[in-house]
Amino acid sequence: MKRILWIPGMIALLGVGCGHRAAQTAAPHATAAGSALVESSGGKQLGMPGTMLPQPLVVQVNDASGNAVTGALVEFSGPAGVSFDPAVALSDSSGQVSTNVTMGGGSGRFELTAASPDKSGKKFFLKVTELSGSYQQQVGYEVNEKYCARCHNSESSAQRVSNYDNLSVKPHSFADGNAMNKLSNSDLNAIITHGGPALNRSALMPPYGWTLSKAETQSVIAYIRLVSDPPYRPAGVTYGKQ
Amino acid sequence: MNSLKAKIVASWKAVVRDPIIPFGVVSLLLLIALAIAPLKDHFSEWRNYQHQYVRMIRTRGDAVTLQRHFQGGIRQIWLPKLGVVDRCQTCHAGLDEASLSDVSTQPFAAHPVIPHHLDEFGCVVCHRGQGAATTVAEAHHSKMAGEQPILPARYIESSCGQCHHSTLEGTPKLNQGRTLLTGYGCVSCHTIKLADGTTMTATDQPPPLTHIADKTTREWIYAWLKDPASYSTTATMPNFNLSDADARDISAFLIADSEPLSGDTAMTPAVASNSAADPAAGASLYGESFCASCHAMQNAAGNVVGGNLGPELSGIGSKVNAGWLQSWLRDPRHYDPGTQMPQYRWTDQQLQLLTGYLQSKTNSDFLANVHLAAATPAQIAHGKALVSEYGCASCHQIRGIRKPDNFAPELSRVGSKPLEQLVFLDGMQHSLPDYLSEKVRRPRAFGTNLHMPVYAFTPAQLEAVTTALLSLTDRSFTLPPQLQVPSPRISNYQPAGHAGQLMTNMNCLSCHRIHGRGGDMAPDLTWEGSAVQHQWLDAFLKNPNTLRPSLIRRMPKFNLSDSDRAELTDYMMTVYQTPAFERDSMPLTGYAPAEVEQGRQLFYSKYGCQACHIVNAQQDKGYIGPVLTQVGSRLTAAWIYQWLKNPQALRPGTTEPNQNMSDDDARALTAFLITQKTSLKQEAKQ
Repeated sequence: MKRILWIPGMIALLGVGCGHRAAQTAAPHATAAGSALVESSGGKQLGMPGTMLPQPLVVQVNDASGNAVTGALVEFSGPAGVSFDPAVALSDSSGQVSTNVTMGGGSGRFELTAASPDKSGKKFFLKVTELSGSYQQQVGYEVNEKYCARCHNSESSAQRVSNYDNLSVKPHSFADGNAMNKLSNSDLNAIITHGGPALNRSALMPPYGWTLSKAETQSVIAYIRLVSDPPYRPAGVTYGKQ
Repeated sequence: MNSLKAKIVASWKAVVRDPIIPFGVVSLLLLIALAIAPLKDHFSEWRNYQHQYVRMIRTRGDAVTLQRHFQGGIRQIWLPKLGVVDRCQTCHAGLDEASLSDVSTQPFAAHPVIPHHLDEFGCVVCHRGQGAATTVAEAHHSKMAGEQPILPARYIESSCGQCHHSTLEGTPKLNQGRTLLTGYGCVSCHTIKLADGTTMTATDQPPPLTHIADKTTREWIYAWLKDPASYSTTATMPNFNLSDADARDISAFLIADSEPLSGDTAMTPAVASNSAADPAAGASLYGESFCASCHAMQNAAGNVVGGNLGPELSGIGSKVNAGWLQSWLRDPRHYDPGTQMPQYRWTDQQLQLLTGYLQSKTNSDFLANVHLAAATPAQIAHGKALVSEYGCASCHQIRGIRKPDNFAPELSRVGSKPLEQLVFLDGMQHSLPDYLSEKVRRPRAFGTNLHMPVYAFTPAQLEAVTTALLSLTDRSFTLPPQLQVPSPRISNYQPAGHAGQLMTNMNCLSCHRIHGRGGDMAPDLTWEGSAVQHQWLDAFLKNPNTLRPSLIRRMPKFNLSDSDRAELTDYMMTVYQTPAFERDSMPLTGYAPAEVEQGRQLFYSKYGCQACHIVNAQQDKGYIGPVLTQVGSRLTAAWIYQWLKNPQALRPGTTEPNQNMSDDDARALTAFLITQKTSLKQEAKQ
């Protein structure tokens, strides 16, 4: 009988020994609750696998009348491999929560979720998309920056003045999924290689087939497919249940 | 003895009544033992993954194709030349299937598109890990002696750097890391030999300290040594975490060691002028001279704006003495023959204006609490010992101290350093990337007697440096030599003669590239003599006007004398000619009006050149390429024609696309462009 008394003692000792691993950092205690989450900044960034996004993701907690709520609990979550620093935080005095997002090992689109409980404890959500570029898409991004973005990106900066406003026929933004997704890969390839007139479009789009390599052209297409919104789904392939 | 034997036999008989029973038991044990191997095989991890894979592809639209491609059992890539035996595809069964690109659950995701094929390189060359293993734990996480765990995805670009020693388009992090290694002086102390036979060389140019007392004060040196980042956030000088006494002694030594340079602090005689009293005149001269192309300065809004080729000038007034600054602005190479700063040939009045303007840019906080007593000989001697101890002469030229050889450990193979040779800090992950990253972030935490300084790297820069270090592997040296993509050869091109001296003096190569040497801020001038007309070049050197309206960095005015300018123009026109075509092979005038008109139509309709170029300032808006309103007075007809045929052949990497133009089209466009000689004044009148 005495021997059996040892066992609970051992288990208790084991529990103490392994306790520090199981211990989790205590979640901050919410002092207020909102009813809606809105994205402030940091969505739709292009990152690289396993790497922290250049800008933090900032979301704001609002109440029913649209005012910022301070002290509301916000939890971030995402697909396996994506990590947040911090993953749980309270909104600051302007109702905002900022977190650094590190992408997972793979490339593609990542749907992240920010969640916050309302007064009754029921959670409300905000979905944010972040992009993670593969090698090919990274090359596409570089080619895009050098050759395409000056006309296709309408935003100007001090380092790069956009030519968008100077064009009589406006080029599509690569993020304009409604327009870009209608073009098949071979259509895009034809336009990039032979210029706009290849598909009866504007001659202001010059041919790049004698400037870019085939691999570079493919990489630009891969980049366009990554950034398009709504996301691109190739026609013809049926997707089964996952 | 007999009784013992009898006892054993008796007890044997008592236990085993019938010999058939033990025989049966032993046979059963043998059978179980025999069954263990096939059972272990049947329930192995990889079979489980293959079953999952087969179940997954059944649900896909192209199930039949995927099923036909699938091969069960252990799959292996064997590449004896690379030393690769990779069984990764046993579990990662869908690596080669492009149609699985939307699958994100591992191990079934398709491999993203890369320029290499799996069958040529296998997996571990890039991802590390144990290729021959067939369990996840052993393949991914083994840390046994000589074994490498899998490389975290954020450092994956390092693997490209094992063969690619030149800049790669798709590896921004690796490229940045290498630039940091050469640009922040890492390679001045640590030798890094690459597998292509080259050694990494520093690209930063720390100033010589031989005449430092002419330039600045001991107080400034002290404050700078204590914390370079508080003077300039973009400083490449690291923080050596010096004690107050050490910084005091080093500053004492550097001042005592400095040798005065004749004429180094001579002020120009004051020029009486109204504009000299005008503070705005100095600022506008700073702007007109495009100092901001290379130097950053804090603007009124508090942002640091400008280039990073030269040091930040926000607090320059607290650093240098006025006489030195004026002498430097007059002829920078007098003080530092290796400087990238051009000689502007400013007038005495301009020098005075600019000195006054720069002296007004002070950083009062920087020297606020620095009070140093006169140095004692003992302090100076201790300072000299410290300068040797910290290897200051690895980067800076210091009188009486030789550049040390192999001052710090060689890093040529640091990316393969075995874990058992590393000393980890408490709470650190035991992995090589974490070690390297932490060693760069806080080097002094790894021991009390270490001299490695602290760099104020951002987390992204730290990751980039770690990536570049991880690319320096053993494998890089053992891979077949034909796989090596060598780093670009460093050209030592030097323009010759008096014109060459002028070019050195103006440091043309700080911004322009000629025959593979020089910067990339401004156009490549290798074939400039074939491209432009003599008259235009002479006028441009006299008064550079901007060709590309969208650029913020522009050619400054160097105030050459008429004879120097004529000589430089002649030299460039004669020497910088391409052997590919004859400059005067096409006439500058005399094209038929019909041909010119055809060129105009091609320009506006077929080729849509107005998207990027302006020919008619009233109607065209293109803002990317050079303005072409006066191109007929600037370029030669032969250059325009050859450029239209193949721009990249004349200037590799230029953004103008090659349109694969026919000879007739190129000729007509040349005829149209060469007639664009209207001066801006005439156009304004129209």
